[in-house]
Amino acid sequence: MIELDGLVRRYGEREALSDVSLSLAAGQTLVVFGPNGAGKTTLLRVLSTLLRPHSGEVTVLDRRLPQDAWAVRGRVGLLGHEPLLYRELSARENLRFHARLHGVGEERVEELLAAVRMRDRAQEPLRALSRGMVQRVAIARAVLHDPELLLLDEPRANLDPAASELVEPLIGAASSRTRVISSHDPGGGLSEADLVLGLRAGRPALLREAGDVDPEEIAELYR
Amino acid sequence: MYGRGLRTLSIATVAVMGIALALVFFYAPLEAEEGFLQKIFYLHVPLAIVTLCGFVLGALLAIQHLRTRDPRWDMRAYVAIHMSLIFAVATLITGSIWARGSWGHWWVWSEPTLVSFLIVFLLYATYQPLRFAIEDPERQARYASVFAIVAGAFVPLNFLAVRLSTEYLHPRVLGSSSNLPAKMQLTFLVSLLAIALLYGTLCKYELTAKHTRAQLRALRRRLAGDGAGSRTPQGRSAEPRLTLSPAAGPYASPATGASAPRGAGA
Amino acid sequence: MSAKTKTISGKEGQVGTTQAIRALLRKELLVELRTLESVPGMSLFAVTTFVVFHFALNQNSVSGDEAAGILWVTLLFAAMLGVNRLFVADEDQGGFDAFLLAPVDRSAMLLAKALALLAYLLVLELVAVPAFGLLLLGPSLGQALPELLVVLVLADLGVAVIGTLVAALAVRTRARDLLGPLLALPLLVPVVIAGARATSPLLGLTHAEHPPARWLLTLGLYDLVFGLIAYAVFDFLLED
Repeated sequence: MIELDGLVRRYGEREALSDVSLSLAAGQTLVVFGPNGAGKTTLLRVLSTLLRPHSGEVTVLDRRLPQDAWAVRGRVGLLGHEPLLYRELSARENLRFHARLHGVGEERVEELLAAVRMRDRAQEPLRALSRGMVQRVAIARAVLHDPELLLLDEPRANLDPAASELVEPLIGAASSRTRVISSHDPGGGLSEADLVLGLRAGRPALLREAGDVDPEEIAELYR
Repeated sequence: MYGRGLRTLSIATVAVMGIALALVFFYAPLEAEEGFLQKIFYLHVPLAIVTLCGFVLGALLAIQHLRTRDPRWDMRAYVAIHMSLIFAVATLITGSIWARGSWGHWWVWSEPTLVSFLIVFLLYATYQPLRFAIEDPERQARYASVFAIVAGAFVPLNFLAVRLSTEYLHPRVLGSSSNLPAKMQLTFLVSLLAIALLYGTLCKYELTAKHTRAQLRALRRRLAGDGAGSRTPQGRSAEPRLTLSPAAGPYASPATGASAPRGAGA
Repeated sequence: MSAKTKTISGKEGQVGTTQAIRALLRKELLVELRTLESVPGMSLFAVTTFVVFHFALNQNSVSGDEAAGILWVTLLFAAMLGVNRLFVADEDQGGFDAFLLAPVDRSAMLLAKALALLAYLLVLELVAVPAFGLLLLGPSLGQALPELLVVLVLADLGVAVIGTLVAALAVRTRARDLLGPLLALPLLVPVVIAGARATSPLLGLTHAEHPPARWLLTLGLYDLVFGLIAYAVFDFLLED
């Protein structure tokens, strides 16, 4: 599903990601830990095809990046820090726009609006909604096109426990999709993971099966 | 690698410039109408031609950069455009002096070359502010290349439009260069060669200097140890900064330069 | 799971470019209708500028070269307002990323945005040209109108293409409001030259004459060349 071998992504003379290698099978979950600036978001963006790898080999969904990025695009769902939605448009209008860009039918939009319990407020412009609600719509956007690979950047931020439960079937372990999650929460993160990657200043400080990892080691990353 | 041949080129440039000066002052006849001032023609027109070619060259180098993603092409495009901009200022100044001498005004709207130059200058003057306004070096290079290509295509179109719209005070000098007497033609050609060589030499100097600085930075990085992340925060810069792998020695061939994977020969 | 409808596409799972352009244009016009950020501002600016010109020139009516000049300068500067706002919503609200993640040809954004800008320019002219005829223009517009429209549309195409290109370039830089016009104005000088020279005979004091064909050809050539170049380089502005 995902094969990384010596991935490097630079920012000028600095290496935002340095020699990252890992292998993730279909259906598995990779959780990435690390302090701010460690490269977690960069890694997710490279996997989503938004950023080109500068060197190393990157294979996502059996396709090499950046050459075959076009073939990967419609099959990956990204949930980043930004909701990627227009504030002046309503939830329904936003989702319909994304649906059209991905060649997805409108019934799917209604289906997801119901799944995140936003149907009754689907007409209002997003700027009138709370952050938690916007996050729910963003999650709907991320899974709208039924992607094979989910890339989630701190997905539970801004969600209250009820909403968190609500979106479980969409982006949680039960969704049975391949997932890469960036997380700040050692406890919760570990419980979901099959594979754990710890990043520090762009370099992999820790890469192991979740079962072999001690929460102490993760806390170490932040010191 | 850039430094090779620099001395030969410099000597050739000085030599040809010397010959050109000699021809201009002692060989070319005095022009009937304008007298001595007309000799500025041998400076102004070659400057104009070389500048325009420089801008078009910049566009071609930029195309190469976008095709290969090799930052060295962006470096070359930057130097070509930057040097052409300086030559453009020189063109405008010499053109203005000539206008003052011939037609009594420091600026004339009726000379299409001068007018087109002003517009082209105004456009390319935004090249460096554009670069400076983008912090991410890779994006800076890419956007600069896009600009260079659009601007390069603009140059001929602009000349066409201005030419069509201008009424002429005098018969065009550039157009009439084929009617020049043989002595003037020879002087003109040699002057053109001299300015072209000057352009080439100055560009080569600048490229060599930048490359050397990049190598110096690479060696410093290596000395400081391969720590993770960056230690010295880079200031914002409009100049493209090459990142070389520490393995590239002063005489290394370009193939092991900028895009070499880490650890190669380290 | 639900049915996915994929429209005509070349490569696997790709969404057709026409469909993408339609979706983008729809979103674009919807956002503009909600926020009214561009078109009213541009139109108001144009009318106000005509008033300023009246006082600055101290003339009650203009014709010929003068009229053409005032009209084109005003339209151009009003267009700059639209250009400045073209990609702001996308840049600030993550619209670029959303588009870049979709399986569509990147040039769809160029075409959609250029069409949107063209639409804004046409609405601008719908307001500005009659206002000009009312406030400043000496001779009446009636006879000259059809040919004037042709010149305006040809010029608008050029402004739309260059405007979109420059807007995309400028929006992700630090001095975005400044760089846009600074880049666009020199690039649009040939459009001003051709547009003004073509319009001037139409606004002649005694009678309207036909615009010389060479200016229409220049505009056409400009549109073609920059249209092609924009199409070729636009992708490089979007990707990272």
